[in-house]
Amino acid sequence: MKLLQIHEPGETPLPHEDERGLAVGIDLGTTNTVVAIATNQKAEVIRDATGRALLPSIVAYRDDGVLVGEPARRELLENPGTVVSSIKRLMGRGVEDVKALAGVLPYELAPAAEGGMVRLKLGDRVLTPVEVSADILRAAKSRAEAALGRNVDRAVITVPAYFDDAARTATRDAARLAGLEVLRLVNEPTAAALAYGLDKAAEGIYAVYDLGGGTFDFSLLRLEKGVFQVLATGGDAALGGDDFDHAIAARLLAERGGFVDGGDVKLALATARLAKECLTTQDEWQGTLDLGGRLSHHRLDRVTFEGLIEPFVDRTIAISRGVLEDAGVDPKSLSGLVLVGGSTRVPLVRRKVAALIGREPLADIDPDEVVAVGAALQAEALTAGSDTLLLDVTPLSLGIETMGGLVEKIIERNTPIPVAKAQEFTTFQDGQSAMMIHVVQGEREMVDQCRSLARFELRGIPPMVAGAPRIRVTFAVDADGLLTVSAREKTTGVEAHVEVKPSYGLSEDEMARMLRESIEHAREDMERRLLVEAKVEARRGIGAVRSALAADADLLSREELAEIEAAIARVETALSGHDRDAVNAAAAELEKITRPFAERRMDRGIRAALAGHRIDELGL
Amino acid sequence: MNETSRDMDTAKADGTTAPVACWLCRGPVAAGALFCPTCRAVQPPAPVDHFARFGLPVAFDLDENELDRRYFAVQRQLHPDRFATRTARERAVSQSQAVAVNEAYETLKDPLARAEYLLQLHGVATEACQTISDPELLMEQMERREALSEIDTREAAEAFLDAAGRDVAASLATIAVAFGRGDLTAARRETTRLKYLTKLVEEARARRARLGGRPEAPILKTMPR
Repeated sequence: MKLLQIHEPGETPLPHEDERGLAVGIDLGTTNTVVAIATNQKAEVIRDATGRALLPSIVAYRDDGVLVGEPARRELLENPGTVVSSIKRLMGRGVEDVKALAGVLPYELAPAAEGGMVRLKLGDRVLTPVEVSADILRAAKSRAEAALGRNVDRAVITVPAYFDDAARTATRDAARLAGLEVLRLVNEPTAAALAYGLDKAAEGIYAVYDLGGGTFDFSLLRLEKGVFQVLATGGDAALGGDDFDHAIAARLLAERGGFVDGGDVKLALATARLAKECLTTQDEWQGTLDLGGRLSHHRLDRVTFEGLIEPFVDRTIAISRGVLEDAGVDPKSLSGLVLVGGSTRVPLVRRKVAALIGREPLADIDPDEVVAVGAALQAEALTAGSDTLLLDVTPLSLGIETMGGLVEKIIERNTPIPVAKAQEFTTFQDGQSAMMIHVVQGEREMVDQCRSLARFELRGIPPMVAGAPRIRVTFAVDADGLLTVSAREKTTGVEAHVEVKPSYGLSEDEMARMLRESIEHAREDMERRLLVEAKVEARRGIGAVRSALAADADLLSREELAEIEAAIARVETALSGHDRDAVNAAAAELEKITRPFAERRMDRGIRAALAGHRIDELGL
Repeated sequence: MNETSRDMDTAKADGTTAPVACWLCRGPVAAGALFCPTCRAVQPPAPVDHFARFGLPVAFDLDENELDRRYFAVQRQLHPDRFATRTARERAVSQSQAVAVNEAYETLKDPLARAEYLLQLHGVATEACQTISDPELLMEQMERREALSEIDTREAAEAFLDAAGRDVAASLATIAVAFGRGDLTAARRETTRLKYLTKLVEEARARRARLGGRPEAPILKTMPR
């Protein structure tokens, strides 16, 4: 079967402890990024030299280099035109998605072909959101390496549960550019529940209310004895504290009047953020806005502020109530509700959430750090082993376009992942040799109201009368929430040729170019990863042969045994070197030499089964 | 979607089947075993029915807590998270296992899906794409639909949902009795009814949502204005 991957397939190399760096958890946030590491189920947030855990997700592209975090934030005042913030909101977004925002976004968009990925224009540079995110991840990686004194090359990276496929793929690509192998993409609320559940030994049905800078997620989980089962999830991939800032900034700019350019918007937003933070603890804020040498004074009280942000908060409550109703869970019956995300510090948010569940929400783990802590715990679980089990779901339904622009759902939202569903298609006209399949994600009935993920062209369908071919298309969502599609014509066994055009992703050419340009991924580095992968496969092969010898060596003559031992030794010799081809050749040779041995073992197994014995009774 | 029919073709639940070859060490593995007894490599999912996958008897009556317990126990062994650092092939096999386990769990957990699957196992077709052929059922559903279309307050929607919920519970009891007696005709008839009742509940929920002022489903908003 021909596999066609919308996403980079699991190209992740196979780690072997002595050749691998450390694995961390990274919360790649809209406003801030946090990195943490866990050892023996205790997670620690990694801080910079001055003790700060939060790495502002801000990047400044200066002529003399790239700045990330606090230095980039300072650049905002000097050279606002070079600074990018809140890039997460553009991950996996198309040009069409953001067209409505021209002039409002705090950065300039580069003109791009219709339907492609968004590109930012900063001076002479044109950047994709993937590249900007990669720069933030590189800074997080360096921070961890500086603090831990070791190479860090693997990570669990968190994404909003409500991130669609395009945004997840973009995140994965960004990590790859930054030289990080993604062990798993984990949903932010799930990571928070993991951190909370493991810390407090919580059991029962919990909700996670996650309001970050740019995304909102509400998830329901069942926690019991090390199992974290997501029951339902909902949210909005573009709703968060940024909206509060925008509302305040719009008011400030309106009070001022006059012409406003992109740099003014950035400064107004920065001032708005200060006002918001002040109004979280104070009843009134006063400040000035200095734009283009003209000063204006502003005053905002708590009541006015809450009036400005109330529509956004109400929307989060409506989404939360919807998830609870869909799952048939009474909000008052929850064992607890965990608050995640810096925006949950806003008093109005806490009041409204408390009113929803009829009690005070839980916030005893720092809402800014809890997601990174969960990601670090999962990174340790994946690399060192663990008894905890995370069972997550697809946040959005996956479907295909049918006649009349309607959507036929293939995989319903809130289905546990990994999941695979197959659908059969047939032709419309006699002799038809190709067909187009349009994959979309979303809950609406019409294609144009859902998000377009990809268009596939199935080609090479054998000529038959209309309706005769049986083309089986399989849609699979893996544990990272990423989609893969494969296709096969069933009646003739002919594999349909499929062409994938991700609607908002990077093309393979673009990805290859970026990888070439990135220092972390010079050609030698790719080769090294492939070598590591080949070695792990070869070691696993030797292990399997050794186990078989321990069980059934009596099936071999002394000469045959010696021959196998010699082949093992040759693989081991190759393993001590750095030649990938030599490793693969020696492993293939071992497999060939052991083939007659495997056949005799099968014969013995079949005879034993016929004699009515179970194989495990033979002490194998 | 045709996995199930393919599963049933090759399903043999009578215990002593011939061993299959392990994909890694190529030695014998008992049919249905999750791991190779020799080299411990995870094995691809066995072609068995959803009940057999959890070692449960083929029956409509099912202890949901027991199903959960077995689902968690199996996923603890097979979930891709357990294989994150293993070879690419082992990761792929673990994913196919987890997919099969999730499909079985999703089918058995939902009583309507379970009833339809059981009928399928027994070779009885459900009225998936047909219109209602039972005049009595047709009349009942038309009346309910009309009642639903006249609802204009959230309270009325709540009351309608309560009544529909009671009907669903009663329908489930009827199905359980029919399967218990081995009366597949009655089971099929009531399963069709349950299907329409379930759809009615979904529509009533959507209506309640519209009346309650919340969006029908969380909708992706592009960006702030």
